[in-house]
Amino acid sequence: MKTLLDHTQLHITLQRLAHQLIEFHADFKDTVIIGLQPRGIWFSDRIVAILREQTGTKIPYGKLDITFYRDDVHASNKIMVPTPTDVPFDIEGKKVVLIDDVLHTGRTIRAAMDALLDIGRPGSVELMVLIDRSFSRELPIQPDYTGQMVDTIITQKVKVNWMEKEGSDEVILI
Amino acid sequence: MSLSVKHLLGIKEITTQDIQTIFRTADNFKQVLQRPIKKVPALRDTTIANIFFENSTRTRISFELAEKRLSADTINFSASGSSVSKGETLIDTVHNILAMKVDMVVMRHSASGAPWFLSNHIDASIINAGDGTNEHPTQALLDAFSMREKLGDLSGKRIAIIGDIMHSRVALSNIFCLQKLGAEVTVAGPPTLIPKHIESLGVKVQYDVKKALQWCDVANVLRIQLERQNKPLFSTLREYALFYGVNKQMLDSLEKEIIIMHPGPINRGVEINSDVADSKQSIILDQVENGVAIRMAVLYLLSSKAEVIE
Repeated sequence: MKTLLDHTQLHITLQRLAHQLIEFHADFKDTVIIGLQPRGIWFSDRIVAILREQTGTKIPYGKLDITFYRDDVHASNKIMVPTPTDVPFDIEGKKVVLIDDVLHTGRTIRAAMDALLDIGRPGSVELMVLIDRSFSRELPIQPDYTGQMVDTIITQKVKVNWMEKEGSDEVILI
Repeated sequence: MSLSVKHLLGIKEITTQDIQTIFRTADNFKQVLQRPIKKVPALRDTTIANIFFENSTRTRISFELAEKRLSADTINFSASGSSVSKGETLIDTVHNILAMKVDMVVMRHSASGAPWFLSNHIDASIINAGDGTNEHPTQALLDAFSMREKLGDLSGKRIAIIGDIMHSRVALSNIFCLQKLGAEVTVAGPPTLIPKHIESLGVKVQYDVKKALQWCDVANVLRIQLERQNKPLFSTLREYALFYGVNKQMLDSLEKEIIIMHPGPINRGVEINSDVADSKQSIILDQVENGVAIRMAVLYLLSSKAEVIE
């Protein structure tokens, strides 16, 4: 077990990612933030809180469930029960920033883009991830904003813990 | 976390947890149905056969729409105009359909227990869309889901099921479902249409419809099933309407506003008057709308191809 980001490092990374978004989106006029259920929303909650505090604007923020769009829906003998989707605004023509905690094979993001396009036709889609597990991609998907890039092998597990859920803010490699 | 069963044969054999899982999943599908693109690709690798040995409008369309919204391939089969009229047995008919690589079966049959019998002989998941006078599980689920939408948690809520309890599969499934969710159930109607010993299921019996309405939060009014009554159980429809029908005047005389439901098809002016069926208190069309979401949830949750380990 190895700590990739401890409490302090994680908070610095969150601040940096939020500021990168501010750098590229300036006034957030046509920007909306969408976190991916279930794990990505703990990360997106934090980013949105920083953005709202820093910019003073109420950036539209939604949560997207992608269960029905997964390509492994029938791959195991358990079927996944969905979590709620809550996107209470129109994404038509908007600059969407998709947020997830860990980018691994890229299949989740592929599913998320399909789910997103069924809600509307965004003007553009960007991807922000906290951890990018390089060399393990199965689809041609790359993030626009990355917290930290780590080299891992497939048998390893990246675990992102949040104060609200696990009682501590840290990222560990198991 | 999937369901504890491989088939949905009846509410009797599923757990409260299963019902809650179905509701949670149906919440998502209800949202999908409100989008411009009312479809998800979840079951695009699944083929479903709708086998109806008995007439149906709502249930059949509802299942078919649910399957299409999940991107499943569907085939429809009805007993009339098929080889069933040439004397083919149920098992043979279904085996032949399954030989064409069908993954799931939705079946309605006039014989009580038919889906249980079939489940002992085939591997595909079976969803009971109504068997004789026994169970109609998806109807009970959509009824409870619609009540939950209006009242929140059903625990401690009072539900009256009014009308032809004897011949109704909706009544039995409703009783099991509502009790598993912690609601209290009273059945009401003429003594000839209420089965003996129904109290043993833990329900109260009331022969005075007005008193049942006064007691309840929700009244689920059932259709008089003349086609299943081979001997007269009440003298005339007019008399039934007079003593056991639900009308506006009766509802207005209550001290509270209750919710009115009906699984359809409605015999207007018999078990329920038009001024009640079309009133603000009636959620009959919400029930129909929720039916698609509930059936999508059941189909999705039972669609896992791998064998359930027992």
